[in-house]
Parts: sequence; structure tokens; C-alpha cells
Amino acid sequence: MAFIDYYSVLGIDKSATEADIKKAYRKQARKYHPDVNPDDKNAEQKFTEVNEANEVLSDPEKRKKYDKYGKDWKHADQFEQAGGGAGRQQRGQGNPGAGFGGADYSDFFESMFGGSGGGFRQGGRSTKFKGQDFNAQLELDIHDAYTTHKKVLTVNGENIRLTIAAGIEDGQTIKIKGKGSPGINGGPNGDLYIKFVIKNNTKFTREGNNLYSTVEVDLYTALLGGDIIADTFDGKVKLKVAPETQNGTKVRLKGKGFPVYKKEGEFGDLTLTYSIKNPTNLSEEEKKLFEELQKLR
Amino acid sequence: MAQQELIVIETLCSHYEIEVSFVDSLYSLGLIEIHTVEQTRFISEEKVADLEKMIRIHQELEVNPEGIDVIFNLLRKVDDLKSELAVAKNRLRRYELENQ
Repeated sequence: MAFIDYYSVLGIDKSATEADIKKAYRKQARKYHPDVNPDDKNAEQKFTEVNEANEVLSDPEKRKKYDKYGKDWKHADQFEQAGGGAGRQQRGQGNPGAGFGGADYSDFFESMFGGSGGGFRQGGRSTKFKGQDFNAQLELDIHDAYTTHKKVLTVNGENIRLTIAAGIEDGQTIKIKGKGSPGINGGPNGDLYIKFVIKNNTKFTREGNNLYSTVEVDLYTALLGGDIIADTFDGKVKLKVAPETQNGTKVRLKGKGFPVYKKEGEFGDLTLTYSIKNPTNLSEEEKKLFEELQKLR
Repeated sequence: MAQQELIVIETLCSHYEIEVSFVDSLYSLGLIEIHTVEQTRFISEEKVADLEKMIRIHQELEVNPEGIDVIFNLLRKVDDLKSELAVAKNRLRRYELENQ
């Protein structure tokens, strides 16, 4: 419950007028508003602090209380007991950061003023507001992302059945309408946004629908040609290696990559890079034979 | 055939307490699409989230429609750059693995 210097949050001094506060608040809000800083947790936190500072400093009564007890915030509780909780009656009008996964006001604010205050819209209109959107993150193994499957998520006590289509991308977000928090004053429910984080511990690198991997080829097969068995994402494939194949040669296996999202039966490609493995621990006889070969070149 | 849900613009304006002229400005800047059916103007339901964002930026940050246009263009660029960065990171990871 650390003391928060609301004046420094807004970048103003203690003698600031109401107009100065409004101006400073607008400036900071434009900088940190979640709509102009998507997916930025830092900005979201700053925005909450700025709202909190404005909530207090733009209200003469709260500002007076803050100026009197702010630095010595530990006495705020005693003040509350003696004076009653100013600010509670405003609870529920608007919601700071509503729709942005809005962070709560600080413990410091709660201790001073008791609960969330009026929030960003200061007019106090009983407008219908959409409920807060929820943001969730779902970790999937790349093997799970390879096939369409169903999952049941529990969000705020509610079970949500989800069909995850094969080919979902790392970082992709899906929206589930109306599964956020309930609307305010009869407004529509918020939405649930689920961001997928795909964990890949395989030897395959994924770029969109295409997969990449390296396959080892022994020196003799690379020189003389032959067959090798290579792993694909869902099995194995027999490949013909051409004679005199160079290290780093790439082969593209069409349709052996990752499924294309929501396009059943469509797959990307798999590119395999040959890595030629030289023999080690050569016997005397092998060395001699290689020397013979060297002389021939 | 996929069905599109449409919402009457006047209904949206009264719900969000905005002037119809504000929606017209957004339309003239190409920020929203308006469908006209038998002289009634509608917005597609799936575009309402974008419109809500524009309304918030307008009402809460006092940004005019031209400013919203600039913000949306910059946000699009940020999104493109983020995607490019993700692709570049993947590519780098692949080259690192290949050269191990």
C-alpha cells in the first residue's frame, strides 16, 4: 500500500489549478490510453494511475483530504472511521479502463477513498456501457495446434466450450462474444479475448503454415546417392538423395507442413535442409583409402 | 450464404450518445463502412467494436475524426511491424538452429 504522489503522476505541482489538472490529465490520458496502446500492460498500468490521480485531484473534497492525509496515509483509516467514506456513492458510474482489461485502483486509493471512484467519464451520465472485456492466454503444444480439437475453459466460474481449429498461430487472438463481464446500466456484455501461445519443443520451426527442419545425411549417401528416411511432423517419409548432394541442400515437401487455419485439408510445405555428417574415428584403412581418393582429385 | 447483421446508425448514435454528423465524418474519411438499404443507413455489427474504439478516442481523449484517422493508420503500421518482427524472429531462430 505504497504512497502514490498523484501530483507527480500528472506532472504538476501542489499549487496547480483545476484547469492545470484537467490539462495535465488530458495530456497523460492521450499518452497512455489503452486504445492507442494495445497490448501494452505498462501503459495500462500508467493509465490507471493517471485516472486515479485525476479522480482525486479533480474533486476538491478528495483533493483536500489527499493534501491533508496523503503523505501520512497510514492515518487514512482513522480518518475514514471519523469522517465516513467519501466517494463510495459514485461507485459504478463508468469504469476506468472498462473494455481494456482495466487494472484496479491502487490499495492506496482504496484505503483513502474506499473503493473505485467515478472513473474516466466524469459526467456521471447513466449511459449504457459495454461490460469489461476479458483477456486470457491459452498455452497450447504445437501438436495440439496441428489438429482441430475441443477444450473447455473456465472463466470466472463459467465453463466455455471452445473448438480450436487446426493451424492456429502463435499469438493469434480469438474473440468470444458476450463472455466478458456484464454490461453496465443494461449495456451489452464484454467479450472474451483468448490469445494463443504455441509452445514448440520439436525440431521443426514454424513460419505460418510452413515447417522447416534439418535432416542428417551420411557422407556416402550424399556422395553416391541413395534413400534416407526423414521425419515429417506427423510421420516419416522416404527421400531419394541425388549423387553428389552438397551440404545445405534444401528439399521442399509440398503439403507436409502445418494445416492452414480453417481450411480443412490444406497444408503448408515442409522444407528439409540436408546436413552432411562426416564419419569420425576413421580406421587406418579408411584413412588410407581417403588419401588414395585425395590423390585422385 | 453468410448473413451480415446490420445496425441502424440512428440507434447506435442514441445508444452511444453521439451526433450522426460524427459518424458521417468517420465515413467520409473512410474509417467506417455504411450500408444503405431502402434509404436507411446501417453499420455492420462486426464493425461496431471499431466504431466503439473511435467513439472512446473521440469522447475520452477529445480527438477529432482526422486525428482518429491518423491514430488508426499508425496503429495499423504498429501491427504490421509487430507481424514483421515475429516473422524475422522466427527466421533468425531457424538460421541459428541450422548453424548450430
